Amino acid sequence: MNEKTPAKPEIAPVDFEYASSREATDLVEIDDSYGLWINGASRSPASKRYFSTINPATEEPLARIAEANERDVDRAVKAARKASDSWRRTPGKERAKYLFRIARMIQERAREFAVLETLDGGKPIKESRDFDIPLVAAYFFYYAGWADKLEYAFPGLKPEPLGVAGQVIPWNFPLLMMSWKVAPALATGNTVVLKPAETTSLTALAFARLTAEAGLPSGVFNVVTGAGPTGASLVAHPGVDKVAFTGSTAVGKAIQRSIAGSPKHLTLELGGKAPHVVFDDAPIDQAIEGVVNGIFFNQGHVCCAGSRLLVQESIADHFVDKLKRRLETLRVGDPLDKNTDVGAINSEAQLDKITELVDVGIEEGAGIYQPACELPDRGYFFKPTLFTGVSQSHRIAQEEIFGPVLSIMTFRTPAEAIEKANNTPYGLSAGVWTTKGSRILWMADRLKAGVVWANTYNKFDPASPFGGYQESGFGREGGKHGLLPYLSGVR
Amino acid sequence: MSRVDVRKTYKLYVGGAFPRSESGRTYPALDAADSVLANVADGSRKDLRDAVRVARGAQAGWAERSGYNRGQVLYRVAEMVEDRADTFVDQIRASGPTRAQAKREVDRSIDRLVWYAGWGDKFAQVFGNLNPVQGAFFNISAPEPTGVVGIVSPEEPALLGLVSRMAPVVISGNTAVLLASERWPLTAITFSEALATADLPAGVVNILTGRKDKLVPVLSAHMDVNAIDAWGNGWQGLDAIEIAAADSVTRVVRPPRSIEWADDRSSQSPHMIADFTELKTVWHPKGL
Amino acid sequence: MTVARGSDSISGVSTPATISDTSPILGQSVSRRSLETYLRATPSVDEVAANERAAALATRSIKRESKMHALELTIRMMDLTTLEGMDTPGKVTQLASKAIRPDPTDPTIPSVAALCVYPNMVPTASEALHGTDIHLAAVASYFPSGQAPLAVRVADTQWAQQAGADEIDMVIDRGAFLSGDFVKVYDDIVAVKEACGPAHLKVILETGELATYDNVRKASMLAMAAGADFIKTSTGKVSPASTRPVTLVMLEAIRDFEAMTGFQIGMKSAGGIRTAKDAIRYLVLVSETMGKDWMTPRMFRFGASSLLNDVLMQIRWLRSGVYQNPDYFTKD
Repeated sequence: MNEKTPAKPEIAPVDFEYASSREATDLVEIDDSYGLWINGASRSPASKRYFSTINPATEEPLARIAEANERDVDRAVKAARKASDSWRRTPGKERAKYLFRIARMIQERAREFAVLETLDGGKPIKESRDFDIPLVAAYFFYYAGWADKLEYAFPGLKPEPLGVAGQVIPWNFPLLMMSWKVAPALATGNTVVLKPAETTSLTALAFARLTAEAGLPSGVFNVVTGAGPTGASLVAHPGVDKVAFTGSTAVGKAIQRSIAGSPKHLTLELGGKAPHVVFDDAPIDQAIEGVVNGIFFNQGHVCCAGSRLLVQESIADHFVDKLKRRLETLRVGDPLDKNTDVGAINSEAQLDKITELVDVGIEEGAGIYQPACELPDRGYFFKPTLFTGVSQSHRIAQEEIFGPVLSIMTFRTPAEAIEKANNTPYGLSAGVWTTKGSRILWMADRLKAGVVWANTYNKFDPASPFGGYQESGFGREGGKHGLLPYLSGVR
Repeated sequence: MSRVDVRKTYKLYVGGAFPRSESGRTYPALDAADSVLANVADGSRKDLRDAVRVARGAQAGWAERSGYNRGQVLYRVAEMVEDRADTFVDQIRASGPTRAQAKREVDRSIDRLVWYAGWGDKFAQVFGNLNPVQGAFFNISAPEPTGVVGIVSPEEPALLGLVSRMAPVVISGNTAVLLASERWPLTAITFSEALATADLPAGVVNILTGRKDKLVPVLSAHMDVNAIDAWGNGWQGLDAIEIAAADSVTRVVRPPRSIEWADDRSSQSPHMIADFTELKTVWHPKGL
Repeated sequence: MTVARGSDSISGVSTPATISDTSPILGQSVSRRSLETYLRATPSVDEVAANERAAALATRSIKRESKMHALELTIRMMDLTTLEGMDTPGKVTQLASKAIRPDPTDPTIPSVAALCVYPNMVPTASEALHGTDIHLAAVASYFPSGQAPLAVRVADTQWAQQAGADEIDMVIDRGAFLSGDFVKVYDDIVAVKEACGPAHLKVILETGELATYDNVRKASMLAMAAGADFIKTSTGKVSPASTRPVTLVMLEAIRDFEAMTGFQIGMKSAGGIRTAKDAIRYLVLVSETMGKDWMTPRMFRFGASSLLNDVLMQIRWLRSGVYQNPDYFTKD
């Protein structure tokens, strides 16, 4: 029997490397320099000053951007104020159509925006292409539909816009954070002066041109570019009725102080140090993916990043082994490569901050693990990093690193998990993995966080409110609740 | 010889008990004609610290109770106020209003308590939401109490103002540290007696009498206070409250430009409950 | 320790099946209790997240030179299959020549891994493949239902093996599995494995009938413990057949089993894989989940009947830059 089976020579495994697969950049046109977007057109800054924005993956300059000073901010706020009178009286169904039109135009030009976002910010093209830009369109589409239905949103509410919204957004999801603020503001009849982060102004400026092409009335949407001082001028401007800020807790507190006692309305979406709790009965392989997605998505530049892994002690070794193995398959490098999982750190300053905190972690005695991946020679990159044996008292367990660095701790009982999870002044988000339904609900009740992802992580949707407890800020963006910060008359 | 009446000592209300101020100090509560009605406790920063600690300790348990149960407790408070209506009327009259006016304020206060009591098991239905997200996910948002709330009660109407702000804070499961009207503190203390006999768990509401210029800054800056209700403070000095509050991103609920305390449409609303809540959104996949 | 049992029996330098080899971790006979204890340690699978992971890997972009490697590898991993009631010796002979030389006009195209047929066709296929190193797989043990007495299934298997099959694809008793009779499923596999002799056993879970990924994962652990050399998704007779998430779930089970026992079990995805593009997505899944060592027919197989021609068309397109017409490729 079986005499026919020939001795087959062992075939060596085939080398199955992905070839570099770069997204084409030729559909993006970047100007040499950009003015401020005020009253429907690009304007030279009164400051006469420009700063350069670079591609963090190559350190090459992309463009010069106008730096708005107080006079420039004043022009922008005045333009928004002037436009406010007619915009707030524009029937909701007409405002809606502008927003629908904008949503459609973003969809049409999605690839262009995705490439621009990746060039300017360093995030992997697969994220800007599959996550950021489609969601931007979705947020506009969602809020467009609210514009003529506001009276149905809240009981007893006669919805009235606040006036001029001054919005300051971060560099981690530039266009997406813009959409979270601009879409509800415009839908509710407010006009906007937007201050994008200085390292990622390009997509906001490209969006500004898009609004003109969409026929949005001049002055309804304005962009002032610049760094902290520009944002401070905007927040302090007496013509601003509403301040919305997404960024660090330290700056959020400064804003809260700076508008104290003024009639300005305020919402803050600040930092986080989210716990990601994995129980022994979790769907382990999916939990691994959830944890990886939770901390390495967008290089960990995510306010709701699951940066503290709390894993049940009985499975901790097993889980961490799996996690390490999974890290080996993460592809770190050129953000424009469609196969890249972890792209460039947004700026040199951020890279320095991550490096510093990782050094602190090592000094504090935590065990560091980084996969054997090669980083590009140029540009700002950081290896995906795990810290094991971390204690609650370590700085890497307390401070927001805002990079691809996960601090791993263990717990024994659900009560201990909650105690550790909540032992932070933040409260933006939390994750929990367990197969037991009642435990999910028990945990969800007790986790001190505005968003709880159970058996999933980093999910976003225009219909889902987002925002924090405690020092992670107040107010919600997204969903019906995301309208409230832009309306008066809720009494 | 006529009988010597027994006068009440007006103390603080902290943790369900009636302690004196640890400072040992009191200040005179005057009537409208500036005659001394009583000496009340001059609450200190340490009293406030103790009150916040007690409120924090009571918060989780209070929030864990059902909305139905919290509603019943608040309704019981209304019953206890009704029971003491005459005392409240007398105390309010001492601050100037006529008997009829005082009676109206007491009635309004009772009705407001009852109104909010009914929201206990309803406001989450109005402010929560099942969110229709894309993909195979169940997504639900529900308001939760923010935690410990510092309430600066208005100077007047002392009873109605206090009740109007306390009820929406505690009905959702918050606990409160309340600074009583400084000029007219007596109704607040009598009110705390109603609370103490109303099955309200110890520490859920804590009432301090004392000097607001001394206590408000401490309350605002306290890192373990989640929200400050500034309705009773007004816009004067609001900046100082907000600056102090910013150190721990404490929410400050600002007063409207003018307040009609007796007007149900402007001074009671489920949105006032929502003002002291945090919206929590939970995602879960729907799969086999 | 890593013992690639598959390679031993496949390459003919085989160690005879022994009891301990047959049942690597639980032994030849198990009690209901020991089996249940073992299966209870199987982690649950979140369906949504597993689908998400498989979908995320599908966005991997493969460029030209890698694609060529991948397509050739796909052919070398292929169990070229015909499982029709109307199969005839003529049909099988033709398919065998296709297996040996998939593209008669292009000698650089490799042979497939195996030809997969019904037991009746084994003698014909064996004859046709004689002198080649292509394996001959028989779907035995009362394929595709498995609903026959064990003695019949064992006899079917023995007959196929003795007629020349060096690989046996058996299907588990899904009814027994779904009714909770894991011991029966286990014993069946052990018995069939023994009947295989030196032939290499692929255990088909028929995932389309198991309904949940939790069941798929559990059945995978059960089959591996009972002595499977490969675990395989589907018979191809039930829809859905193989899907990428189901393959992912089974690969994860294989990975855990290896960590637990040191035994490296192979994987075969069968049914519903019809395009080169789809096949490449499977390879990405395998590569990312199991690592580079797995990119060999020793560890991974495709079971397919119509995939081959699409792969050939894609190869020719890659080489010539000209889109192809199916009529230029032989049907079998």
